[in-house]
Amino acid sequence: MGEIMIKLENMSKTFVSGSGEVEAVRNIDLEIEKGDIFGIIGLSGAGKSTLVRCLNLLERPTEGKVYVDGRDMLMLTNRELSVVRREIGMIFQHFNLLMQRNVLDNVAFPLEIAGEKKKSAREKAGKYLEIVGLAEKAAAYPAQLSGGQKQRVAIARVLASDPKILLCDEATSALDPQTTKSILSLIKNINRDMGITVVVITHEMSVVQEICNKVAVLDHGRKVEEGSVEELFRKPKTEEAKKLVFSGSAHIRRMHSSRQIRVVFDGKSAFEPILGNIVLELRTPINILYANTQTINGNAEGEMILQLPDNEEIANKMVQYFKEKNLGAEEVNYVD
Amino acid sequence: MWTEQELLMILQGLWETAVIVFVSTFFGYVLGLPLGVLLAVTDSDGIKPHPMLYKVLDVVTNILRSVPFIILLVVLIPLTRAIVGKSYGTAATIVPLVIAAAPFIGRMVESSLKEVDHGVIEAAQSLGAGTFKIIWNVLLAEARTSLLVGVTIAFGTILGYSAMAGAVGGGGLGAIAIRYGYNRWQPNILWPCVIILVLLVQMFQVLGMKISKDLDRRRS
Repeated sequence: MGEIMIKLENMSKTFVSGSGEVEAVRNIDLEIEKGDIFGIIGLSGAGKSTLVRCLNLLERPTEGKVYVDGRDMLMLTNRELSVVRREIGMIFQHFNLLMQRNVLDNVAFPLEIAGEKKKSAREKAGKYLEIVGLAEKAAAYPAQLSGGQKQRVAIARVLASDPKILLCDEATSALDPQTTKSILSLIKNINRDMGITVVVITHEMSVVQEICNKVAVLDHGRKVEEGSVEELFRKPKTEEAKKLVFSGSAHIRRMHSSRQIRVVFDGKSAFEPILGNIVLELRTPINILYANTQTINGNAEGEMILQLPDNEEIANKMVQYFKEKNLGAEEVNYVD
Repeated sequence: MWTEQELLMILQGLWETAVIVFVSTFFGYVLGLPLGVLLAVTDSDGIKPHPMLYKVLDVVTNILRSVPFIILLVVLIPLTRAIVGKSYGTAATIVPLVIAAAPFIGRMVESSLKEVDHGVIEAAQSLGAGTFKIIWNVLLAEARTSLLVGVTIAFGTILGYSAMAGAVGGGGLGAIAIRYGYNRWQPNILWPCVIILVLLVQMFQVLGMKISKDLDRRRS
């Protein structure tokens, strides 16, 4: 166990509005270690954004405790909170840059807030723009940048206050896949080179697979599952987690009403020609509906959706066979 | 067409109008800008919600806004007398104009500030910016073009009000237009006054819009 950076104890947040109470997050217990890239995944409306806003008290939890780097966040005065917030950087889906300031002054902004003189703030800001690879855009205004560039500026702005934690609230959801990749790799580098703990809020499993080492699944405000990303990918335990993990192949499965099985394999299972062996042994062909390979924490993980034959007896034997081979096999008959 | 005396009078009127409108707009903002900031900040979705204070300001603003200017002018005579010593003339026109313009300006400032993207405010908060820094560096700075458009609107409105002040003995082109144009039916005085007033509003409209546009960095 490493050092704990963020700790939530039985935290809940309820919004009171004219039409009644909404429990956005309920009884969350969570520990995030220093140096983690921790994913919090859930469908929209699951309470992810509320949860992440409770970490830097943009939202105040109605119940429970929030500890950041050992400090009880709810006990801080406003002044102390402002100082602590500088250690918790946050980037957003829509970047949230100051549109009337140029790129350099956007990055200098947190330094100005911290009381630095404009000139030295700008000098330092230039340095952070170099880190994110946008030094040549210093004089441009946000409106002149692409989405990916805007997010880089937002990251430089966060780095300028020398944070210990970086919160990413759907930071790549407005970006195309290529740009998403480059932003995620930048975040990964920041985590590795500067030792910044990262919390990633997303609804996309691919984002979690790309950079996270641990993940929690959120559904209707509750944490329903938590573990390493490999575990979640191989054997999601809850229905909610399955929905997220299987989302990549949903369109394929929707077209076939027959029994289907999802098989997950890594480099180790490649020594045995399992599919071939099954077909030979049971003398029944098997149909591959979907196959995909992803890199999770540097390991290649493959996933396949197979259509099982109509003969129930043979189908059951096949399921049995996959399970014996410890391939994280699971029937995934599509239900809407 | 005009006697030298009449020309001098129109020029004098122009000068008075300019003074009245500039000074009133200025003091209108001295009161209206903080009012608008307070309204935007203390509203339920503002950065420092304060329902009581908001309600009080909201009601006072609405009351002042709903009194017709010509009535306000009369009602405020004691206040005007207390501040400038008399209830007629150029200086006396400024007091009711400021009182009438401030709530109107406050509302415009409030709506300009509320246009600022909530996400940007949130980002500033996450960077550790306090209330004052957010007001200055985020709300006012990001809303500056909208605020400037507001200034040109306020200017035009105050110019319109200033003509009414003429009805109760205030100075300026409006007063001249009413006295010579309406009471004595002298079109040769009425029309120059009207045209000058229209040109003034046009000039400020164009100038204000241009400055506001030049300052806007939201376009690529």
